[in-house]
Amino acid sequence: MRIAVASGKGGTGKTTVAVSLALAAEKGMLIDCDVEAPNSHLFLGPEITESSSLQVPVPELIEEKCNYCGLCRDICRFNAITVFGETAMIFPEMCHGCGGCFLACPEEALKRGSREIGEVEVGQAGQLSFVQGRLRIGEAMAPPLIKEAQARAKGPLVIFDAPPGTSCPMVTCVRAADFTLLVTEPTPFGHHDLKLAVAVLRQLERPFAVIINKDGLGDERVAHWCIAEGIDILMRIPFSREAAKGCAARQPITEVLPELGPEFSALLANLQGEKS
Amino acid sequence: MKEILILSGKGGTGKTSVTGSLAALITDSKVLADCDVDAADLHLLLAPRVAEEHDFVSGVLPEVAGERCVQCGLCAEQCAYDAITMAGGGPLIDPLSCEGCGVCGWFCPEEAITMQDTTCGVWLRSTSKYGPMLHAALHPGEENSGKLVSLVKREARELAEAQGADWLLTDGPPGIGCPVIASLSGADMVLAVTEPSASGLHDLERLLELAAHFKVKTSVCINKWDLNKELSQQIAERCQAQAIPVLARIPFAKVAVESVVQGVPLVEWSPDSPAAQAMGELWAKLSSLVGEEEDGQTNTPPSPFS
Repeated sequence: MRIAVASGKGGTGKTTVAVSLALAAEKGMLIDCDVEAPNSHLFLGPEITESSSLQVPVPELIEEKCNYCGLCRDICRFNAITVFGETAMIFPEMCHGCGGCFLACPEEALKRGSREIGEVEVGQAGQLSFVQGRLRIGEAMAPPLIKEAQARAKGPLVIFDAPPGTSCPMVTCVRAADFTLLVTEPTPFGHHDLKLAVAVLRQLERPFAVIINKDGLGDERVAHWCIAEGIDILMRIPFSREAAKGCAARQPITEVLPELGPEFSALLANLQGEKS
Repeated sequence: MKEILILSGKGGTGKTSVTGSLAALITDSKVLADCDVDAADLHLLLAPRVAEEHDFVSGVLPEVAGERCVQCGLCAEQCAYDAITMAGGGPLIDPLSCEGCGVCGWFCPEEAITMQDTTCGVWLRSTSKYGPMLHAALHPGEENSGKLVSLVKREARELAEAQGADWLLTDGPPGIGCPVIASLSGADMVLAVTEPSASGLHDLERLLELAAHFKVKTSVCINKWDLNKELSQQIAERCQAQAIPVLARIPFAKVAVESVVQGVPLVEWSPDSPAAQAMGELWAKLSSLVGEEEDGQTNTPPSPFS
């Protein structure tokens, strides 16, 4: 089973929940898909045994073959190629890797170069298999790296720590999951962004449920809204200054609040029992 | 006009709360922009009244004319994103995988595929008691958030220049990817809001690297600093080593959460609280730091998304 832990709003506790679920499993895999800001390794301390770089194909000009016809510029919808007079320029950072220019060039004047998007690291944290993507600084395109990290998924239980937001990186992550846990917090910000995340999952027709983190911190509007919308609230994690301090010091929340350990185990059993 | 851009790397460190308080503290003329287009929250604090609503039209989607299609499958073969399948009688296009590159339509031998513009969201021009505000909402699950960020920024800059405003205050998105890179263009100063946690520090370092990569000046404020004083000290030392000023340490406060629940900037909800006082110091230092800079062109590159 593949479970994504997502949120909409950042900082609600995705990593806290993903790490706790992974630790509740006897064996399994955690894949950190928040490639812009991957944090679960800080709590799991995995030993990284393998690291590979992900490249996307970008065009490189073979000057002597180019007749400056401009077809490559015309097909590129990402403005990554300009041609004027007898000059052709390629901006590899803007390339989305569609490959259209290679197909369009009648002179075979483009060869396949590459641009590094980031790295996929694989390792082990005790019984837990660990994978994470790390986006190269300055790189804009996260989804191909997320897919590459997810391609390493194996075994009966895989947990995805998702990126925040509701656009392509988040969608890429939750689409590969059988079930999504949306972590929210009981504040107007948490509520507003939860509604957006729920809209994405409904549009994708994917099953999901909610976990309220930092319960008791704000108000009850999030819980009331979930009930009115018929959305299951599977767990409430109480707000605690100790938990926040522990989190700051890389302690999984189940170490700070041991009573949550059995709750995460029950949650995992519940998800696996129902959905597999 | 000077633009201050609020970023964080890690989400949930307090970007929007800080932006909201700065909006209330800046008494000079200003324009506000919310560039976190996939989870925009600044309006929940500043209560803008929408004056104009515009569609954000972007992202072309292929449309197949069934009667012309001969099911040759070339489109599916050439799609770099595996967004086209031939199963079930004809090309089926998955709009969420499609990047809108148009390769399928370009090479279709029967000219059966045309690219259609789609509406990916809305952008709004509003008024608020803090000044004019530009914000947006990407439709759930849409792409092109970088382009929408660029659009909001362009509109906000034009308005700020037309009104002769002193400041453009921009609430940014989390992370370091496409929308963040789009938001950096033209900013005079990044204010990185961080928190003293292992994750906060880790993501701050990635953000500082990104800002250095694009040569944007950066300063830091440590929110909830007293949750872990040792780590706060570590963050300050890391910043010092890179000659990045730490402008303020804002204490953790329940009143900060209350102010969000009430939908009011902290400095108005509880002006005498230590956290609000720290926000005041933040603005005093930030404004004098940015004010010292010479007016003129910043050396940030043009946005790749405009």
